Amino acid sequence: MRIGIDVGGTNTDAVLLDGRQVLAAVKTSTTQDVTSGIVAAIDGLQAQRAFDPAQVRAVMIGTTHFINALVEARRLAPTAAVRLSLPAGASLPPMVDWPARLVDAISGRSYLCHGGHEFDGRHIAELDEAELRKAADEMGRAGVRSVAISSVFSPVNAEFETRAAEVIAAELPEVAISLSHEIGRIGLLERENATIINAALRELAAHIVDGLATSVSGAGITAPLYLSQNDGTLMDVDFARRYPVATFASGPTNSMRGAAVLSGVDTCAVVDVGGTTSDVGVLGNGFPREATTDVSVAGIRTNFRMPDVLSIGIGGGSRVRGGTGDVTVGPDSVGYELTAKALVFGGDTLTATDIAVAAGRAEIGDPSRVAHLDRELVRAALDRIAADAAESVDRMRTSAEPLPVVAVGGGSILLPDTLAGVGGVHRPEHYAVANAIGAAIAQIGGEVDRVYAIEPGRRDAVVDEAKQEALDRAIAAGASPSSVDIVDFDEVPIPYLPGNATRIRAKAVGDLQLGD
Amino acid sequence: MSWLLTEKHLTDLARGAAVLGTGGGGDPYVGRLLVREAIREYGPVTVLDPEEVADDALVIPTAQMGAPTVVFEKLPRGTEAVAALHALETHLGRKATATMPIECGGINSMIPLLVAARTGLPVVDADGMGRAFPELQMETFGVYGVPGSPMAVAGERGETTVIDTGPDNRRMEWLARGVTIRLGGVAHIAEYAMRGADVKRTAVPRTLTLALTVGRAIREARQRNTDPVPHLAEVLSATLYGHLRVLFRGKLTDVQRRTEAGFARGRAAARSFDGDHVLELEFQNENLVALVDGEPRCVVPDLVCVLDAEKAEPITTEGLRYGQRVTVVGISTPELMRTPEALAVFGPGAFGLPYAFRPVEDLVTA
Repeated sequence: MRIGIDVGGTNTDAVLLDGRQVLAAVKTSTTQDVTSGIVAAIDGLQAQRAFDPAQVRAVMIGTTHFINALVEARRLAPTAAVRLSLPAGASLPPMVDWPARLVDAISGRSYLCHGGHEFDGRHIAELDEAELRKAADEMGRAGVRSVAISSVFSPVNAEFETRAAEVIAAELPEVAISLSHEIGRIGLLERENATIINAALRELAAHIVDGLATSVSGAGITAPLYLSQNDGTLMDVDFARRYPVATFASGPTNSMRGAAVLSGVDTCAVVDVGGTTSDVGVLGNGFPREATTDVSVAGIRTNFRMPDVLSIGIGGGSRVRGGTGDVTVGPDSVGYELTAKALVFGGDTLTATDIAVAAGRAEIGDPSRVAHLDRELVRAALDRIAADAAESVDRMRTSAEPLPVVAVGGGSILLPDTLAGVGGVHRPEHYAVANAIGAAIAQIGGEVDRVYAIEPGRRDAVVDEAKQEALDRAIAAGASPSSVDIVDFDEVPIPYLPGNATRIRAKAVGDLQLGD
Repeated sequence: MSWLLTEKHLTDLARGAAVLGTGGGGDPYVGRLLVREAIREYGPVTVLDPEEVADDALVIPTAQMGAPTVVFEKLPRGTEAVAALHALETHLGRKATATMPIECGGINSMIPLLVAARTGLPVVDADGMGRAFPELQMETFGVYGVPGSPMAVAGERGETTVIDTGPDNRRMEWLARGVTIRLGGVAHIAEYAMRGADVKRTAVPRTLTLALTVGRAIREARQRNTDPVPHLAEVLSATLYGHLRVLFRGKLTDVQRRTEAGFARGRAAARSFDGDHVLELEFQNENLVALVDGEPRCVVPDLVCVLDAEKAEPITTEGLRYGQRVTVVGISTPELMRTPEALAVFGPGAFGLPYAFRPVEDLVTA
């Protein structure tokens, strides 16, 4: 058995799974401290289906807590960024394009130091340890509690970041240190930004992860705890303490992957209909397609691997306006006030939920309160929703081939059984807790992203080497060797460089190796 | 006539320069930040109309050369392009009266602005490519008799080298490329030093203004929630780039890349939304030709621009991905770029393409 928990901004959902069979599923409210909400969720599972805590083999948690902390600029540690690049890089120091509010929130300080590599591995400059010690001394006096270190081309060679971390740790043994090559890929500013965000979240991560561990062990569960990452794979607790930034996009990822498992369709479009918006994404072989453009988080440019999600302003709480000929649905929503404002709950606002109830698609609240609605209006509103959803799915499609559609989320009752021009809609059981299920079934991954100089005739050997390293990394992270496989591979030649310089990215995933 | 370029122009300028980059030229994001920081520190930049430049003035264009991927990783020190300019001034024994872009597409629209902010020199509103091209000899300056040499190349250590290959601009490009590799894959350069009279005779005029106009048109249309492409066509009709033709709307169905002699060559294919038509793109860093159902519809040096179908955000050849929904537009270039002499240097034959050049406005009806 395993437990999957999704801690969202509003709800904490939990599921108890045996293999891929859902034994119990609960929805509770997210609490301010996160942990008591989790305790309540596990109690809820226990109440629904009594289980022996000793039989639980793993607990997987997906949370938006860290990204919310950044967006709200709260509980961030005083952080310094050290960049090893001089004499290059001085024109654009760390945090150069950050919103001032967030630089202030982390009391951001930056230090430009000598070091870094060229694309072909040469040193831009040698590391200057005295310079680093002087910077560390200043950081110590300024009250810095977390340090982000970036070095030019560290994804190709990490030696300077590693050595700089040793020098700074010797001076400041209490501070947390985050290294850019462990967090991001090629693209210095974006990788450095992600590393600084990570550094600023380290204290909060330690606190939250401790809380999660305590609440799980408090329920008598001794199994290991994992957190889900942006790409739908898992990290263990120790990794989560060090890399909280890797949880940022786990919400939509989990819900899409949960949809795949619930429906048994692993290549599909997923429409996750919430209260305010619907998120449309595409799964290939069970993993979300990633956005290809840089992603801005709280106004900071990063190059995280984020799922490619199209959001439209249609959800269960969307306001419905106009008449039969000109009906509109959303984009504004009554949001969390649905149970006070919707007609079926005795309110005075016509919402998408009222339309669904009037059409007989769901029994929510008091159906008699919407019995008076004009049939034509109800049909027009549903048609509007269906047309918008169909268009969004079509926009996310990559070929004219039919793509199955899986609808999840509490608001998916708004969708029809067939979308025009797209096809049938799968509506799996337990659709409302797809995100917790996605967390529970997450796998372990390993990744390589590096620039290789490919000698003539050696392309295949280099590709094999990169793939093997990704596989080895997945296994080292805890994937069962018999299950690991390459799920994503990308090869882009880099112009204007000699030696067929090529950027290769490979991702391997496998099932979590569960202890007996 | 001259005007002050400030921080508020930069977002429009960068987006417009990305459109004029026709898929290459490097993402202007880093360039935009460089100029923004320089303007914040040193103040705004004076932009001169080419007609305002005195005939005997010395104009020294500045630029960055090298691999865009390296630019994202090894950010500049900030002093390199100015060092190249000063090295060339020393070599020539004369001070520049202004700088100018050699390339108005991509990041090189920005580098002369950085130089101008840091030195206080004005920047001339013109360039030598009228778009983006992969090599330094592909300049209207050279086409009409201005030699690229002597040229100065600088790196972040304060090192400079001067290359002088006389009238041979191809060999200058070749030597400079070698130096750039040794400098780490990116270098800053000053070249094609020329008199004001030569600027008026050989440069593609008002291309900074053009980039700004293109960027602004896209932004304004988005703000009104209307399709940016018709608005772009309308504003371009009043410029030397007078004809915009929508070549294709559809989804990318295939992208293939290969490295050839240090260049990223490749092809992309798209299928129209009704499924009836097929687009093929050929690119070498920049888009070179667009074929619809096998027929050339826009050929280099005319601009083939791939825009995201929704917001008209320009997509680079590196950023092309299977499944993207795109609008592909062709934009006509000024006559200066379409003469037989110009086509010999940067027409389809110069890229080994088996197509004859024909103006996009003749290939596609409005």
